[in-house]
Amino acid sequence: MRLEASGIKVWLKRRAVLNGLDLAADRGQLTAVIGANGAGKTTLLRVLAGLLPAAAGEARLDGRALAAWPRPQLARTLAYLPQERTIHWALSARSVVALGRLPHRALGQGESAADRAAIARAITTMDIGHLAERPVSDMSGGEKARVLMARALAQEPQVLIADEPATGLDPAHQLALFRHFVTFATSGRTVLVALHDLSLAARFCHKIVLVHAGRALAAGPPEEVLTPPQLAAAYGIAAEYRTIDGLPVVLPFDVLP
Amino acid sequence: MSGRGGGTPWHLFALLAAAAGLAFALSLAIGPSGFGFKPAGDAGALIFWEIRLPRAVLGTLVGATLGLSGAALQGYLRNPLAEPSLIGVSGGAALGAVLAIHLGLSQVLPLALPVGGLLGAAAALIAVAALAGLRGGPITLILAGLAVSATTTAAISLALNLSPNPFAAIEMVYWMMGSLADRSLTQVWLGAPLMLAGIGVLLLLGRALDALSLGEDAAVSLGIDAKRTRLALIAGIALSVGAATAITGVIGFVGLLVPHALRPWLGHRPGLLLPASLLGGAILVTAADIALRLLEPWADVRIGVFTALFGAPFFLWLVLKTRSELAP
Repeated sequence: MRLEASGIKVWLKRRAVLNGLDLAADRGQLTAVIGANGAGKTTLLRVLAGLLPAAAGEARLDGRALAAWPRPQLARTLAYLPQERTIHWALSARSVVALGRLPHRALGQGESAADRAAIARAITTMDIGHLAERPVSDMSGGEKARVLMARALAQEPQVLIADEPATGLDPAHQLALFRHFVTFATSGRTVLVALHDLSLAARFCHKIVLVHAGRALAAGPPEEVLTPPQLAAAYGIAAEYRTIDGLPVVLPFDVLP
Repeated sequence: MSGRGGGTPWHLFALLAAAAGLAFALSLAIGPSGFGFKPAGDAGALIFWEIRLPRAVLGTLVGATLGLSGAALQGYLRNPLAEPSLIGVSGGAALGAVLAIHLGLSQVLPLALPVGGLLGAAAALIAVAALAGLRGGPITLILAGLAVSATTTAAISLALNLSPNPFAAIEMVYWMMGSLADRSLTQVWLGAPLMLAGIGVLLLLGRALDALSLGEDAAVSLGIDAKRTRLALIAGIALSVGAATAITGVIGFVGLLVPHALRPWLGHRPGLLLPASLLGGAILVTAADIALRLLEPWADVRIGVFTALFGAPFFLWLVLKTRSELAP
């Protein structure tokens, strides 16, 4: 399913956070939203997840305005992983992952075989089998992040939106997560992530949208977006786009005056 | 810990249900006129139907209401220190009943106390709902409840201060302590439908509370309607706790203690905690009421005082535990 935004404007506390932003994330692709702190990434993702209405412009999923999607149907189609990683009770990891099946279960209905299979797959994918019965309150930040990611995967969505899913993960789990995103996307899903690691973006994402001051400063394949002039404009940094053994790497090496 | 896995701990629910049933039966069977379902003497049948039955039914219903409301409010606010009286409805009910005494209505009409309580609860509900609104997070609801509670407390003090005679003041104070004794079947009929309606509404919140464990954004993205959840929570607590308080007065700490004690046995899942706390509350209040009847020197102690007496040290322990968990 294609997820698109056109001319999105959002005001929060009388400040224009998004100011006419356009974006398209396509089926079969991993799309990254990058940008400096406060550029409007989270706000954009919340609009695209149908959590925040836009003051102007329209967000569409599969050609239909997000606002026109009935919420239960949207919950079965689109999963959203917030940046906020609070889990309020000492739930077991498995209980948290099982929450991803809520949209697929009718009121009062227990877990079906399909639910259990989806939960087991998500737990395996995120490598948290050994944590499944442990309370999340005892876990490290990175372990919690993987449990929450597994929750979104258990939802088995057509569209996955994740806000900084790699933050707090060790390098091995970051690489594994992005490999999984690519597999998930190329199996016919739409994946949209916000992130700060430019090398991860360069290496794994099919498309990058660089957000600056509430607008899309650039959008396209990594080598076209992650150019020194654009990184200077968006982040105020001097950075280089290189390849090491054919793999792209972005090296920020100085803050511009 | 039991119940950590995916399934429902049916054995725990069976145990709680059996205990609640047993407590109800014991409440019917125990009293000064002898043990059994047929109290001795000419007035035996009357004692059973007019004194023991309303008391047993009220103990079970009020306990269920308080336990369930506590679990629902803690789940919604994502705070284990929340208690149903927090949203101000029990304060409103108390004020309504106190006004009924103050104005002398309770001398004229036998149902003036519960009806006054219900009106007070309804007024408090409207005030809280208007102040807190349907949007906004837990904090606005807590603040709205605090504002309404502060207002009702002030008004109750004023009514006491200006009470027409000392007897009225004593009646007000006694009423506020909370008691299951000497309530007629008519009062039960007045309150039971409202309590049951509120209980029904709250029991439907399980999914929403489970999803809210991940925060409001994640819950909404899982298909939960945030506005409807908030409305159902406020209305459910207002109906059930408002009606319960209007009939029995304030019985504190049950709504705090029961969910907290049961939570670890249910893997901390807020949805499953709802029916469990309903049963746990019914057990606790009925058992406390039986204990008061059996312990001779306690016979004159009101159940609200009794629960507060045991609830306060528990709250103290909870604070100390929270402190040690938060300490570095």
